Amino acid sequence: MTTTPAQDVQPKTRGQRFTGAAANYIDERTSISGLVKEVGRKIFPDHWSFMLGEVALYSFIVILLSGTFLTFFFEASMVEVHYEGSYAPLKGIEMSAAMASTLDISFDIRGGLLMRQIHHWAALLFVASIGLHMLRVYFTGAFRKPREINWFIGFVLFVLAMAEGFTGYSLPDDLLSGNGLRIIDGMVKGIPVIGTWISYLLFGGEFPGVDIVSRLYILHIMLLPAIIIAAIGIHMLLLVINKHTQFAGPGRTNDNVVGSPVMPGFAAKAGGFFFIIFGVITLIASTFSINPVWVYGPYDPSPVSAGTQPDWYIGFADGALRLVPPGWETEWFGFTWSFNIIAPLVILGLFIAIVAFYPFIEAWITGDKREHHIADRPRNAPTRTAIGAAGVTFYAVLWAAASSDLLATHFKLSIEGVIHSCQALLIFGPIIAYFITKRVCLGLQKKDREIALHGYESGRIVRLPHGEYIEVHEQLDDYELWKLVSYEDYKPLMVRPDAQGRITVGQRFRASVSRWFFEDRIAPVSQKEIEQSKDEHH
Amino acid sequence: MADDHGDTAGSTAAGKDVEQHGAPAHSAGTAVVATDEVPNPGFPPHRPRVTDLDPKVDKQQERRVSTMFLLSIVGSVLAVVAYFVFPIEPGNMQSVRNNTLFLGLGITLGLLGIGIGAVHWSKALMQGHDLVEQRHGTRGSEETRAKAVEVFTLGNKDSGFGRRTLLRRSLIGALVVTPLPAIVLFRDLAPADNPVTLLKHTFWEEGMRLTRDPSGTPIKASDLTIGSAFQVIPEGLNDSEHRIEEKAKASVLLVRLKPEDLEVSEGREDWNYDGIVAYSKICTHVGCPVALYEQQTHHLLCPCHQSQFDIKREAAVIFGPAKRPLPQLPITVDSEGYLIAKSDFTEPIGPSFWERKL
Repeated sequence: MTTTPAQDVQPKTRGQRFTGAAANYIDERTSISGLVKEVGRKIFPDHWSFMLGEVALYSFIVILLSGTFLTFFFEASMVEVHYEGSYAPLKGIEMSAAMASTLDISFDIRGGLLMRQIHHWAALLFVASIGLHMLRVYFTGAFRKPREINWFIGFVLFVLAMAEGFTGYSLPDDLLSGNGLRIIDGMVKGIPVIGTWISYLLFGGEFPGVDIVSRLYILHIMLLPAIIIAAIGIHMLLLVINKHTQFAGPGRTNDNVVGSPVMPGFAAKAGGFFFIIFGVITLIASTFSINPVWVYGPYDPSPVSAGTQPDWYIGFADGALRLVPPGWETEWFGFTWSFNIIAPLVILGLFIAIVAFYPFIEAWITGDKREHHIADRPRNAPTRTAIGAAGVTFYAVLWAAASSDLLATHFKLSIEGVIHSCQALLIFGPIIAYFITKRVCLGLQKKDREIALHGYESGRIVRLPHGEYIEVHEQLDDYELWKLVSYEDYKPLMVRPDAQGRITVGQRFRASVSRWFFEDRIAPVSQKEIEQSKDEHH
Repeated sequence: MADDHGDTAGSTAAGKDVEQHGAPAHSAGTAVVATDEVPNPGFPPHRPRVTDLDPKVDKQQERRVSTMFLLSIVGSVLAVVAYFVFPIEPGNMQSVRNNTLFLGLGITLGLLGIGIGAVHWSKALMQGHDLVEQRHGTRGSEETRAKAVEVFTLGNKDSGFGRRTLLRRSLIGALVVTPLPAIVLFRDLAPADNPVTLLKHTFWEEGMRLTRDPSGTPIKASDLTIGSAFQVIPEGLNDSEHRIEEKAKASVLLVRLKPEDLEVSEGREDWNYDGIVAYSKICTHVGCPVALYEQQTHHLLCPCHQSQFDIKREAAVIFGPAKRPLPQLPITVDSEGYLIAKSDFTEPIGPSFWERKL
């Protein structure tokens, strides 16, 4: 390729000449201008809910930065040492090198405690923002074609984030994390056939052994972060390829993206937002203490304090363990079947499997093979939204159950009462949530329809000559109207015989699921209906 | 690339597929394809911001943004100052708190200054109205797809992968078997012993004294009053090689009740000594220490998952997810009046495992 220098009218400043020369240098070696051309003016639509994924990404960067600082001082070893650091109450106490170095980071290294707290708070925010991001994607149907695979990758990231959280939580080898590992050990041992051996190999002998911290450490700082970074890379790449979804709005179609370009608007906003996230995490970390391991002391298998709590995102699993009714264990063929462990594992496994595969299930029900780039308003997909609400309720009950003892002591209830209520709520809560949500969605759709056809109540009461009072309804303008009438509409599947005149079981099943999904539907207002209603009003 | 408010005539609404490169139209499934939809009104007229209209406001916002950036510099400098001005003095908790707080606040200002400044710059001063970019189907164009198919066809033809079945099958077989060494390689993650044997024994043996946790001083039967409870470890545990692993199995809770309050089952008549009973402290659910003893009811509560055990009824489960009672350690006293174990536990302690009954 040859390039002809542009005909410059104005002489360039030194800065401009330098920038031009540097850009040229890099481009002649990397061909990067193509990338800049491709993504530099890419359009990103704007909505507050699109920031949730960004929060996750940025808190992950904060985790990487603060975590790297911590690795310079942390010693991932369970060698017994006598603590000789500056925290007086634990002086001379036997503990693992991991615990001692955690205390050194907290009490002998300037900024060490700040970094620990930044790391921990950022981790909590990371998992929380992924969860909220997933809810946003779910409730707006942003997982539909072509984004099903990206949903799955995001789901994998959610699981990996929890794994990162748990491995990190276990590293300081304090009383609380040791008990957490003890629970993991007990759960693993309860797995049929392989449990005993898995636990034995994982801990390098009998619990707790001297290997688990260094093993979790290598998972925590190398293997899991490497997979997470790779998965984030694919997640972002697919985001660029698929382009972001947008909400319905005037001028916006399934065919275009409306928003601000990467350079400069989106880059400035997103870059600035990273600093805001980092700043807010730092502010929390410098003012609120978290995981004060020195209060718990080093791990000892004998003591445990009342009111022990895992980090919030592990709560749902802990709650599942608590809600198992008494006596769920039996012996068959000389082997012990711990259904008090197996049942929670299977139920949680099924729950997250439904989350992971939901986009594929819905795609199978609708049979819709088109691409969808307009995000749904949750009310316009009532059954999906209701299923989501049921799932959220299920998760929330498990999560609340993880604090059953604290609920009992704080609200002066009996622990048995709290557990029994949670057990009942776990089963009936999602069902109630499903029906309420579905009705609310349909109600909101009806209201939208009403407003689209007859306008909104203006609050202006007029007395007609013959004495009747009416409230004047104002018509929406075209832009507002469009937001209310532009959405997808599906009908239940009609079962029809195939070419051989047969109706397969699969067809019947799909038809019944489809009926459940789309039987109650409010069709979007059509142009004809608008015109008719205008005629009525005039 | 991005146009400024492109033409939206002939636009597609939510329920339409995007333009594909000559690909066959995709099935809409059970979606209702609207024939009479309300037309998309197109973009609303652009409303300029106040900074677009008033150069004075524009200048003012510019100053505001740069003030944020300057504040950021101040914050970062303050953080460095705080690092030295608030050092950590050994043993002084307040100094740790001050160091964390002021260092953190400085860094916070440094970060928030940049962040808020940049976002404000973008919102108030950068080009303010939306741009439009067209989407195209994610699927590659027919031409590209044909090329891709050709690549595979040529690859297959050149290598004979599809044709040479013996070659292909033996390769797949080899690939399936290669990871096998990796599985056996992990056997030595743990020592050569069999975990099942290990889990069935604890540190306790006949004649071993019960001692206080953690001091290791022996306990006389007369030290216990009715209703009192002791955390107990076996004598010599503190000096054992695997102290924590042994403690995780051998921890015991010692309680004295009125002998007539105890419901003793057949075969266990001589496992208690004058109303003193010893039970494993490791929960039979997932292994937390069952540390909370309720003196009035003689109930034990596991703080992890709220399993409750009744000491009066040989630690039977009365609530919660645990199934089995806590194993009982048979005890008696030696000639000097110290409590000793009559034997090891007679069943594996702690959480259930598959081979527990074998």
